[in-house]
Amino acid sequence: MKSPLFIPLLQSRIAAGFPSPADDYLDVALDLNEHLIAHPAATFYVRVAGSSMEGAGIFDDDLLIVDRSLEATLGNIVVAVIDGDFTVKRLVKRRNKVLLVSEHPDYPPIQVHEESEATIWGVVTYCLHRC
Amino acid sequence: MYALVDCNNFYASCERVFQPRLMGRPVVVLSNNDGCVIARSQEAKDLDIPMGAHYHTWEAAFRRNNVIVCSSNYPLYGDMSARVMTVLKEFSPHVEVYSIDESFLSLHHVPVADLLRYGQRMRQTVAKHVGMPVGAGIAATKTLAKVASKLSKQHNGVCVLHPQAKAEEVLATFPVSKVWGIGGRYARFLQGHEISTALDLCHAKDSWIQQHLSIVGLRTVMELRGTPCLSLEEVAPRKQVIAVSRTFRNAVKDYTALSEALATYTARAAEKLRAQQCGCTIIKVHVATNIYQDGLSQYGNSATVSFALPTDYTPRLVKAAVQGLKTIYRPGYAYKIAGVYFMGLVAEEEGSQLDLFNTPTPAPSRALMKCMDRINGEHGRGTLKLAAEGGTQPWRMRQKHLSQRYTTRWNEVLKVGV
Repeated sequence: MKSPLFIPLLQSRIAAGFPSPADDYLDVALDLNEHLIAHPAATFYVRVAGSSMEGAGIFDDDLLIVDRSLEATLGNIVVAVIDGDFTVKRLVKRRNKVLLVSEHPDYPPIQVHEESEATIWGVVTYCLHRC
Repeated sequence: MYALVDCNNFYASCERVFQPRLMGRPVVVLSNNDGCVIARSQEAKDLDIPMGAHYHTWEAAFRRNNVIVCSSNYPLYGDMSARVMTVLKEFSPHVEVYSIDESFLSLHHVPVADLLRYGQRMRQTVAKHVGMPVGAGIAATKTLAKVASKLSKQHNGVCVLHPQAKAEEVLATFPVSKVWGIGGRYARFLQGHEISTALDLCHAKDSWIQQHLSIVGLRTVMELRGTPCLSLEEVAPRKQVIAVSRTFRNAVKDYTALSEALATYTARAAEKLRAQQCGCTIIKVHVATNIYQDGLSQYGNSATVSFALPTDYTPRLVKAAVQGLKTIYRPGYAYKIAGVYFMGLVAEEEGSQLDLFNTPTPAPSRALMKCMDRINGEHGRGTLKLAAEGGTQPWRMRQKHLSQRYTTRWNEVLKVGV
């Protein structure tokens, strides 16, 4: 997750010609890592296989950015482990029950029992989708 | 105060982060080439699988006990280690990375009364952010912190040995052979003088210790008594020798294959050399047959080639390695091991003006090496290589049970069915 820094070169010369009017406004180029990744040591990537989250704009073969350092709150899309298998679902509460729900009419919600083997692995912060 | 933070069963734990099914099951990790066991999960330790167990002799037992077998996945372990260390840096301004799975932290900024809670918070944070279970030993010196870390499992993952009276209670039953820096040879000597616990050692006379264990041993004893003598080494010292050596899964007879293997190891060693900004003045190549196999004609030899001026230029180093091999290669033997060793390492800035009659690596060659390192860094080792390293590399090691490089290769990231 090292991120190269794009530093613009000083273009104008000192003595000859006119100095660039932009020299006083030099800035560092935008770095997408900085925008997408708040906690590099806790950030992992996950490739999606399947269609059950299409309602949330997550499609087959999309790349998810997952931040493990975040505390999952209701409404978050999370990577969860259920009985040893990974899945991606939205964490919701309905009638006082915490559920992991798909965003597709064909898939039923999964109830998170107190004693069940479901754990939250990380919180999905961004979804990278090829347009 | 110092903490030693130690990852629990590090390699096995790395595999579990991305394969939660392995939780609670015995896991072993094999050496390069799937030769023998180099790491075990707690469940595997409980099955009495020893370190160094040969895979082929244990294979049936593994299958009977449903032991999960993993080839070593160093790109993954290296990345996970760096993540753990990064998280730890949030807890202390001074961190010494001691090994791939251990770090010393200075905790002088934490009030003594808060140390236990602070240690627990460190543990929980590493577990949450990286998925890595760690334990911490906290004490007044690095040597005592090492002792404390060995006890952390019995203390919910964090053991604070402070004040000194509390430390001595533990040292009274702590075998002297397990004290950091003592080692087996000294331990036997000490036991001969009725020093069997760490506390016995604390009570020995300074002059006697210095006489028999040298000043280094005396420092260890002072540290056990609670006086800090070892400071944190935040910058890793430069390596004095760079070695790349491998055992072949199937013995190699053919000169070309041997030469390709040595060229590949040399290229890898040269990468390491440039990463620590050194030049090499001596290169040694070594080949040997399998001395553990009876009834085989045995041969082993090494050759040394030296350079007038330190170099870090892969083609020059490879040429020397191949030249060395030519002098020691004997046909008809089944070679099992080959390796290269770079010695006489000189830091770039020191070595550049040593010899008036030789020119150091010219600028275009330097640029070429930089470019090669960058491409191989971004696209994977061996993307760009010398022809001398060979094409299909049939001698390459076998890693049949390799997991994906989840964190360092785009095409190998964790795939989740949704």
